[in-house]
Amino acid sequence: MRKACLLAVHDLAKRDPRVVFVGSDITKQNLEKFAAEFPDRYLMEGIYEQHIIGMCAGLAMSGKIPYLNTIATFITRRCYEQVLIDLCLHELPVRLLGSGGGTVYAPLGPTHLANEDIAIMRAIPNMTIIAPCDADEMKRVMMQTLDWHGPIYIRIAKGGDKVVSSDARGFKIGEAIPMREGKDVLLVSTGITTQIALEAADLLSKDGLTVTVLHFHTLKPFDQARLLHYAAQARAVLTTEEHTLMGGLGSAVAETLMDAGQGGVPFARLGFPDVFTEELGSQAEIMGKYGLTSANLAAKAKGLLKA
Amino acid sequence: MLVGSGRGHVGAALSVMEICRVLYDDILRVDPKNPQWADRDRFIFSKGHGCLALYVMLAEKGFFPKEELMRSCHFGSMLGGHPESRKTPGVEASTGALGHGLSIGVGCALAARIDKKSWRTFVLIGDGESNEGSVWEAALSAGKHRLASLTVLVDYNKFQSYGPSKDIQDLEPFADKWRSFGFAVREVDGHDVPALGEALRATPFDAAKPSVLICHTVKGKGFKTTEHNADWHHKAKVKPEELAALLAELEASA
Repeated sequence: MRKACLLAVHDLAKRDPRVVFVGSDITKQNLEKFAAEFPDRYLMEGIYEQHIIGMCAGLAMSGKIPYLNTIATFITRRCYEQVLIDLCLHELPVRLLGSGGGTVYAPLGPTHLANEDIAIMRAIPNMTIIAPCDADEMKRVMMQTLDWHGPIYIRIAKGGDKVVSSDARGFKIGEAIPMREGKDVLLVSTGITTQIALEAADLLSKDGLTVTVLHFHTLKPFDQARLLHYAAQARAVLTTEEHTLMGGLGSAVAETLMDAGQGGVPFARLGFPDVFTEELGSQAEIMGKYGLTSANLAAKAKGLLKA
Repeated sequence: MLVGSGRGHVGAALSVMEICRVLYDDILRVDPKNPQWADRDRFIFSKGHGCLALYVMLAEKGFFPKEELMRSCHFGSMLGGHPESRKTPGVEASTGALGHGLSIGVGCALAARIDKKSWRTFVLIGDGESNEGSVWEAALSAGKHRLASLTVLVDYNKFQSYGPSKDIQDLEPFADKWRSFGFAVREVDGHDVPALGEALRATPFDAAKPSVLICHTVKGKGFKTTEHNADWHHKAKVKPEELAALLAELEASA
């Protein structure tokens, strides 16, 4: 997914002279062509996230569209004030490409995990947040970033994730995508938990249940209308995210349902509890420990329907 | 402005008054009638708390009506306790959280280089602000990129909120620090208008390096009660008798 993302930046640079790439001491891989073709617009900088956010703000104030890539934790937590003031208060078109969202870097331990990135970015006015589910969708996202107003945080997943998105369903920043539709259960997902939700839907269909999987590639602005439409038809609503349960997708869904007076539907959220997920191992192992699996999601859904 | 709002970072504004005066009178290529002119020089007022000095100059140059000065900090005003680019014509960046402006200035200067434009970037920072690590991140980067179109002005008044800077976080040897980060350095009396003009007209001091002009200043300059007085770093409410004393001193010196 990171490869698709970085190659897309090169495509965008060919199309639009405003595009500038900024990296923070990251690997050259997938950037060679950009560096060779547009050396003036290729800025490989040091390990100083506060500075490069401000620098991207200055570039954007002067008419550029900077695409900044480094590890998700460092691009969100380390420089939060710069993101808030320099980018969001000024509403500048800077694209933050965060490698390793969620627990991708599980073996590297809790300093490198981004389990709260969506929550902290969501709290800032003017920020757009996108978590694509696979590499194909990442390409669709990137092609729409040139003219999007204001800053965007794009959460990059591990890579090699099963491709479940398709051109046929269309793509528009800010519009949730129904990946399949049914009447009994609504599974709401984002990023690579959409794959988990689709697998859970398969499991539930074996029990004769029909399921809607609503994929929120864009977490902010939040597509309330589509959520409320599908939630009104469902007998149970479940959310799933590779993220803390505080302030992410599940929170956004719960807030939307309650605010709209649709809070009566049986409801459950899957995600990380209020802990540091510091078990090491792999992303799949950590997600498994905290119940972020298709089997658990299907079981929870059946539980809600029985209750 | 103090009469209108009754508050402000008085000391920090008085120490940069001449710096702002010289920049807007003699150096900056800006157009008050067209604040967003693409080829204007950029002036990032990074020590945002000193904005009273900036507002006075912007009003005098006609970026907005002088009457606005009397409404600063009031509900709905275009002039806040820290400058905001989306509210005030002529303000390039919203600052006030310290340590942001120099990085923004580096980005501006890089954009000008990419576009092969001749406009220049000036960033005013404080000495207290130079405690922030992000200032030195930006300095590393400016040095690396050899941004000769970038000039940093440091308001070196040697006082911060608590008191004398040497008691809180001494910056010396200050000029050497900038030199070692790749800057061409000059020092000047920050209240000497001809000297400031001469130094700024000489930028870039080195055609292959960013410039820094360390301006030796007096916090609260111009009034006996405010000079070197940390009590005047920030006043949330200036008392009527304090204001009367300042105005009397101003009239006596006129």
